[in-house]
Amino acid sequence: MGLENTVFESLPDILTVRLDAVVNWARKSSLWPATFGLACCAIEMMNTVSARNDLSRFGAETFRASPRQADVMIVSGRVSRKMAPVLRRIYDQMPEPKWVISMGACATSGGVFDNYAIVQGVDKIVPVDIYVPGCPPRPEMLVHAIMMLQQKIMKESVKDRQDTFEPESRESKVPGTLPVTEGTALERETEIEVAQHQISRPYTIPSRHEKRRSS
Amino acid sequence: MTEKLHGYVEKLKQENAGWVTDIKDELGEVTVIIPREGIVDVCRFLRNSEGFDLLSDLCGADRGPEEEPRFEVNYHLFSTTHHDRLRLKVLLSEDDPTVSTVTSLWRTADWHERETYDLLGVKFEGHPDLRRILLPSDFDGHALRKDYPLRGYEPYSMN
Repeated sequence: MGLENTVFESLPDILTVRLDAVVNWARKSSLWPATFGLACCAIEMMNTVSARNDLSRFGAETFRASPRQADVMIVSGRVSRKMAPVLRRIYDQMPEPKWVISMGACATSGGVFDNYAIVQGVDKIVPVDIYVPGCPPRPEMLVHAIMMLQQKIMKESVKDRQDTFEPESRESKVPGTLPVTEGTALERETEIEVAQHQISRPYTIPSRHEKRRSS
Repeated sequence: MTEKLHGYVEKLKQENAGWVTDIKDELGEVTVIIPREGIVDVCRFLRNSEGFDLLSDLCGADRGPEEEPRFEVNYHLFSTTHHDRLRLKVLLSEDDPTVSTVTSLWRTADWHERETYDLLGVKFEGHPDLRRILLPSDFDGHALRKDYPLRGYEPYSMN
């Protein structure tokens, strides 16, 4: 009956295909975001899932309350310095494969909050895959970001993302005490400056798959 | 409009003339400036004898590094029986921004005093748990001071 019969009748029993293509196809078709709203962008994120914009058309409507069950972290809003270690911990608790969408001007660059209380860009804490501009972005823009992320996922290799059990993902670090590390998303100048002055830089650890990609 | 409030101030003066340094009457509100040594006694007198049983707010302010005295701590008292409001003010110098705690009178002063300490660096003597409440525990400096840089100190400024 229906489409299945037609497909099965017209195709051979065994197909040869790249493993990456199949796995990525499965991954991109069912992205589960973590329920993690930070500020006004979270209102637009909720609207994205609701009836009018209906993110489930793209397979990403299942918001999970536990990071252990989530694939995508949508950083929706400004990240305060006090929230930064919490956000990093939630990211570390998410199993691989995982992706991060930085939603809105504040999460991307600090936005209008250029002050001591707000982290100037969430990419100082976690590696970001897609940046969404806007203040706040419209739900359509978030839908577009999800679709861009899906395109990005299709270009990945399964080898890039293996679930690991490193102790760092189980420890919460006291902010301001994190060691200077290499291979971050910061600009090269800042890297050099930090290395020269021997100062510790808070909240900046490269993620594990970032390390693997750079090596 | 504020005769009734001035009545409380008169009673304060009768109790101890040294308690009242100055009185301000603006916008229908009366502010009494208190020497910092007397703040706990004044609060206890107003609470026990005059019915100001609620500390509706306690906050600090930085008048700027060039001012002397630089800091002030405001106590907003309210009475749930006669519904009057009275503001007490203590002025503190930059060299020794210390004042006695009123947590023994109102438990609500606990977090308010922690906030004032956190953001302005005013120390409350005798406070049971004087540590930061809003900013991260490793924060450097006091953010609401006028001479605090908006982007913060290194390495947190991230600029």
